[in-house]
Amino acid sequence: MKNRLVTLIRIVRTGSVNFTRNLSLAAAAMAVMGVTLSIILFSIVAGSAFNNSITQLTNKLNVSVYLNSSVTAPQLSLFLKNLRAQPNVKKATYHSKAQDLAQAESQNAGNKTLLQGLSETSGVIPAKIVVDPLNANKIQSIKNFLDLPVNRALEDPQTPTSYSGAEKSAIDKIAHATNVIREAGVVAVIVFAIISMLIIFNTIRMAIFNRRDEISIMRLLGASTWFIRGPFVVESVIYGVISALASVFFIDILFAGSANGLQASSLGLLDIGYANQFFKSHLWILLLLQLMIGILIGAVSSVIATRRYLKFKSK
Amino acid sequence: MILLDRVTKTYNRDMGPALDRISLNVEPKEFVIVVGQSGAGKTTLLRLLTREERQTSGKIIVGGVDYDKLADKDIPLLRRKIGVVFQDFKLLPNRNVFENIAFALEIVGMGKHEIYRTVPKVLEIVNLTGKEKSMPMELSGGERQRVAIARAVVRQPKILIADEPTGNLDPKHAWDVIKVLEKINRFGTTVLLTTHNKEIVDKLKRRVVTIQDGKIIRDRANAAYKI
Ligand SMILES: Nc1ncnc2c1ncn2[C@@H]1O[C@H](COP(=O)(O)OP(=O)(O)OP(=O)(O)O)[C@@H](O)[C@H]1O
Ligand SMILES: [Mg+2]
Repeated sequence: MKNRLVTLIRIVRTGSVNFTRNLSLAAAAMAVMGVTLSIILFSIVAGSAFNNSITQLTNKLNVSVYLNSSVTAPQLSLFLKNLRAQPNVKKATYHSKAQDLAQAESQNAGNKTLLQGLSETSGVIPAKIVVDPLNANKIQSIKNFLDLPVNRALEDPQTPTSYSGAEKSAIDKIAHATNVIREAGVVAVIVFAIISMLIIFNTIRMAIFNRRDEISIMRLLGASTWFIRGPFVVESVIYGVISALASVFFIDILFAGSANGLQASSLGLLDIGYANQFFKSHLWILLLLQLMIGILIGAVSSVIATRRYLKFKSK
Repeated sequence: MILLDRVTKTYNRDMGPALDRISLNVEPKEFVIVVGQSGAGKTTLLRLLTREERQTSGKIIVGGVDYDKLADKDIPLLRRKIGVVFQDFKLLPNRNVFENIAFALEIVGMGKHEIYRTVPKVLEIVNLTGKEKSMPMELSGGERQRVAIARAVVRQPKILIADEPTGNLDPKHAWDVIKVLEKINRFGTTVLLTTHNKEIVDKLKRRVVTIQDGKIIRDRANAAYKI
């Protein structure tokens, strides 16, 4: 048991020493792996920023139904009751004329002319019901309910029901972008992961070739398979660790840099401010994830490379 | 200790066998010299014993281990019990004398303290005390070969195999190396040595096995060099 620990320590030490000796060859492997891990990290952070934008916009999305002035109290409460019974309705709130007026007044306090205008037209502003949907994508079901003739009769013919159309189209755009980034991200990650593995594979092959004399001596002296293989695996795990650290560092600069440098809270559809904040608050878990992926890529490719190029079968 | 029964090794079917039905029995603590012309099959014989090559037919039993029953994963364990020395030394160029010898012990998982206790003892046996820090490049051929011998015997193997260990050395250094091999043999290690050096064979007066075209043509005790 003690022997095994000593051997493990020696394997790790040999791998680290070989890593420093092999640096020029390792640079290419680490560069490609760094790009791979950066793409993965960017996709995660951007994906979360998009999801956040969708949630925020979705929360704002609602339906306003303007009521006919002849609607009676029992009609109103029945209408509200039916509306609230709809499966996609999260909340339905009645806003009387007076409430709306008070709200408009408080929001525009100080704007004398507007207040003046409001009080003059107060007779025209109809009472309304604001409906918050559970699922913004299924607003059609609410529309269908409101379009039923029984309900239509209660609605103000002058002021059509509003469906927050502008926000809906923004949501659709972001949802589309999310899908695109998800698909492109998956493809890019797969392609780059394969390229990294091939390059590590080749790097280890070169390292095995460079150390073939040493390896043959180790064999003749009775070194176990893992005593020979281990250092190569350790070496590529180090590539993984360094690439993971580099990717986190790079993405940090990218988001923090564009958040500060561009003086903008968003870049196209991407909410940079949120992305930056998400990255900062999840730094440790993201770092851990990157390390795990980097180590996995390094270990798998070197295990395959050593199995292939260090022949352990006797003739 | 070493038992070969009608062992044949054929590298290439188009050519004849490198070893042809060789039978040999070496007792523990024996000192056996294998001679023969170039291409006779001496190295092939030793490579079968270290399992660098596998016999085509016949039986090999070394130290009680039947090579037919040896799994690939047990080859390292076998090699730890056999010391090997080569004509070209096979030292690690970027490690010093101490580290080269220690390497054989690191491989078997020996702890640092024990390594520091063991290496000086073996350096003394090969008369290299004081050269611990030298790099192989800084040593003479004879000294390098004695480092290689030290590395081969530091794990106290029952068998030491030396394939032309004096092939690259001048007579004086060659004899230094041979004296070390004799010393190790006196300590109880079975030694199997191949050489082309007539003077050494004649001086040693040991058992000499002569191989020609893959066959043992002579096997004499206290013999002189004759091929
Ligand atoms: N790896 C190999 N593949 C094919 N043939 C080989 C191989 N190794 C040796 N041979 C052949 O086997 C025969 C015996 O070679 P071996 O090296 O055993 O001779 P040797 O007695 O050690 O010669 P030397 O005194 O020159 O070292 C030779 O004909 C050689 O060409
Ligand atoms: Mg030979």
